[in-house]
Amino acid sequence: MTSTRKLAKEKMMVVEGSYAVAHAVKVCRPNVISAYPITPQTHIVEDLSQFMADGEIPNCEYINVESEFSALSALVGASAAGARTYSATTSQGLELMHEVLFNVSGMRLPIVMTVANRAVSAPINIWNDQQDSISQRDTGWIQMHAEDPQEAADMVAQSFRIAEDRDVLLPVMPCMDAFVLSHVYEPMVLLEQDLVDEYLPPFEPEFVLDPKNPRTFGAFADPSTYTEFRYLQAKAMDKALEKVEEAANEFNEVFGRYYGGLIDEYEEEDAEIVIVAMGSIIGTVKDVIDKLRSKGEKVGLLKVRSFRPFPIEAVRKALKDARVIVVLDKNISMGLNEGALCTEIKACLYNTDIDAPVIGFMIGHGGRDVPPSTINHIIDQARDVMSSGITVESQFTDVREELI
Amino acid sequence: MRNLLASGHRGCAGCCNAMAAKFTLMAAGEDCIVVSPTGCLEVMTTPYPESSWGVPWIHSLFENAAAVASGVEAALKAMGKAEKTKVLVIGGDGATIDIGIRSISGAFERGHDITYVCVDNEAYMNTGVQRSGGTPFDASTTTSPAGKVSFGNQRPKKNMPAIIVAHGSPYVATASLAYPKDMIRKIRAAIDTKGPTYVHVHSPCTTGWGFDTSKTVEVARLAVETAMWPMYEIENGRVIKVHKIKEQKPVEDYLKMQRRFKHLFTMEGGDEEIKKIQHIADTNVEEFGLIK
Repeated sequence: MTSTRKLAKEKMMVVEGSYAVAHAVKVCRPNVISAYPITPQTHIVEDLSQFMADGEIPNCEYINVESEFSALSALVGASAAGARTYSATTSQGLELMHEVLFNVSGMRLPIVMTVANRAVSAPINIWNDQQDSISQRDTGWIQMHAEDPQEAADMVAQSFRIAEDRDVLLPVMPCMDAFVLSHVYEPMVLLEQDLVDEYLPPFEPEFVLDPKNPRTFGAFADPSTYTEFRYLQAKAMDKALEKVEEAANEFNEVFGRYYGGLIDEYEEEDAEIVIVAMGSIIGTVKDVIDKLRSKGEKVGLLKVRSFRPFPIEAVRKALKDARVIVVLDKNISMGLNEGALCTEIKACLYNTDIDAPVIGFMIGHGGRDVPPSTINHIIDQARDVMSSGITVESQFTDVREELI
Repeated sequence: MRNLLASGHRGCAGCCNAMAAKFTLMAAGEDCIVVSPTGCLEVMTTPYPESSWGVPWIHSLFENAAAVASGVEAALKAMGKAEKTKVLVIGGDGATIDIGIRSISGAFERGHDITYVCVDNEAYMNTGVQRSGGTPFDASTTTSPAGKVSFGNQRPKKNMPAIIVAHGSPYVATASLAYPKDMIRKIRAAIDTKGPTYVHVHSPCTTGWGFDTSKTVEVARLAVETAMWPMYEIENGRVIKVHKIKEQKPVEDYLKMQRRFKHLFTMEGGDEEIKKIQHIADTNVEEFGLIK
C-alpha cells in the first residue's frame, strides 16, 4: 500500500503544525498532561494550556512542572494510576529525561510524548536535527518519525493505539522535525472527535494503583528475575512491529489517510538508487525524485517511519533490488563517523543476499538547510558509486571548509 | 488497627524504616497510595515477586518521588477519585534533602494535595552509610570519615523543614520514632490538611549509626531529650506547638551510644567538638523554647 491522503477540502484549515498536534492530543481525551516549556515544543503545550483554560479537555489535569525530569516522572504516577497521559519535549529536555525514559518503558507505561526534534548542546542550537531522539534509541520507547505536520498530528492518535495495546504496553515517541514541521502553517484536517472515538478505545489498563486492589509497582528485580523483565520488554517491541502496521491500516480505514506503517516507499519498485531517510527531509527528496523520474532516472525512496522497533524485514524487502543505497542521517554517532540510521541499515542487510553498497550522508545538523541541490549532489555521488564503487562510506554534507 | 506493612521484609533488626512506614500507614489507613523513592525502604520491602505493602505502592526513581506523587494526585483528580484516596510519599533523607529536592520544590509550589514523610536516618544507608545533606556535624560516615585531620562531617544538617515552610506549606511537623503516638497524630494531621504537607521523622539507623539493634527507640528518645532533635508543628508558617523537654540531657548521652561519634571521645580535641555539638542543641532549645 502506498500513502494516501483523503483531505476533504471543506474540512481543511490552515493551522500551525503544533496546533494540529495539540488538537490531536485533545481529541484523544487525555487525563493528565504534564510538560515543561522548551523551544520549539512550546507551541504544542501553549495550545494545550489554552484548551484547558477554555474547558475544552474534560476530565483532564495539566501539570506545569518544574523540569522535564518531573514532566515525565509525573506521568509515571499518573499512568500507573490509570490515566491516559501525554507530554511533549525536545533536545535538552529529552536528554534530561533519559533516566526516566528507561523507567517508563521498564514499567510498561503507555505514555505518549511528542518530540519536536532539535539539535543538542554544545554549542547550543535550537534548530532541527534528530540527534535528540536518536540518542534515546535504546531506552525502550517506540520511536516514530513524521514527514509532515498532518502526519505528526495523525501519529498522535496512532501512538496511543499502539502504546495502550495490551500486547504492547510500551511508551511511544512520535517525532516531528523542529520548526520545519512544528512551526509551519499548512492546510490540514484536524482530527474529528467522533472518528477518534471510533478509532481509539478508552484506556482501561489491567493493573492500576487502586486501594481496593493494592498492588506493588516498581519492585526491584535481582539477577534471578531481571533478565525475564528485559526479555518480555523486547518481546513487546517485536509485537509492536505488527501493531504499528495495524494502527496505520485502521487509521486509513477510519480517516482515509495513510503514510506507511513501519516504512513507506516512493518510486521504489524499480529504483536503482534508493534513498533512505526519516522526517521532514522526505518532502524534499520526493521533489527531487519526481524531477529525476521525469528524465527517466531510476531513483526511489524508502521512508523509515518506525525507527524503534526497527523494521528489519520490511527494510530488507524494500532494498532487495537496489543497486546503491543512500542513507541520510540528521544525527551522528561520534567515533563511528556515521549516522545511526546508516548503521542500522547496514546491520540489517548483513547475513542476507543483498550486497548493494550503502553510503551514508550526515546532513542538516543544527537546522542547516537541505535544498534540492544538496540531494542532487548526493545522488551524483551515488551514481559514481554505482559505476566505480565506494570511495567514502560515510561523510558530512555541505561542510563549510572556510570555517574549519 | 490493621498492620498494612507485612512482616518478613528484609529490614535489619531494629530498622527505623520499617517502624516509620508502619506508623505512617497506621496514620493513613487503607485508602491511600504510597510513593517511595529508591532507598532502603524500597529495597527491603519489594524484592520481586514479594511485597510487604498492603496499600498500592509505587517506586520509580531516586529523585522523582514528589513528581510521581503529583502525577498520581492529578490522575485521581482527573478521574474523580481525589477526595477520598490520599497520596503519600515515604522517602529517605538523601532522596528528600539532596537528589529529590527539585521535584519536592516543584510539587509543593504547585500545591498538590500530598503528604510527604521524610524518614531521616542522616546518611545514604542503602549504599553503605555515605554522607548526605542530612548528616549531622561531626558524624563519621564512609564518605566523611573521621581521620587524623578530620572529625567527620564538617557541615550542619540542611534544614529541610524550614525549606518546606518557605514553600508556603500549610502543615509542617518534625517527629521522632521514639514518640509513635505523636508521630501518627502529626501524619494524620498532615493528611487531613489540604495541600502539600510535610512530616520529617528523625529515624536512628542501627547499622549506619552503630548502636545495638534493641536501642533504636532509646537513641531516638535521647536525640529529643538532648535537644539535638527539636519536635514542633508549623501551620501556615507559624509554630503552633513544640514538644517540651523537662530536663535537657547533655549531648554526650546521645553521642556516646553511637559508633559514628565514637571518635569524639577518643581523638585529641574531641571535647571541644562535643562543645560545638552542645551549642547546636542549646541553639535548638533557644529557637523553639524547648525547656518547660
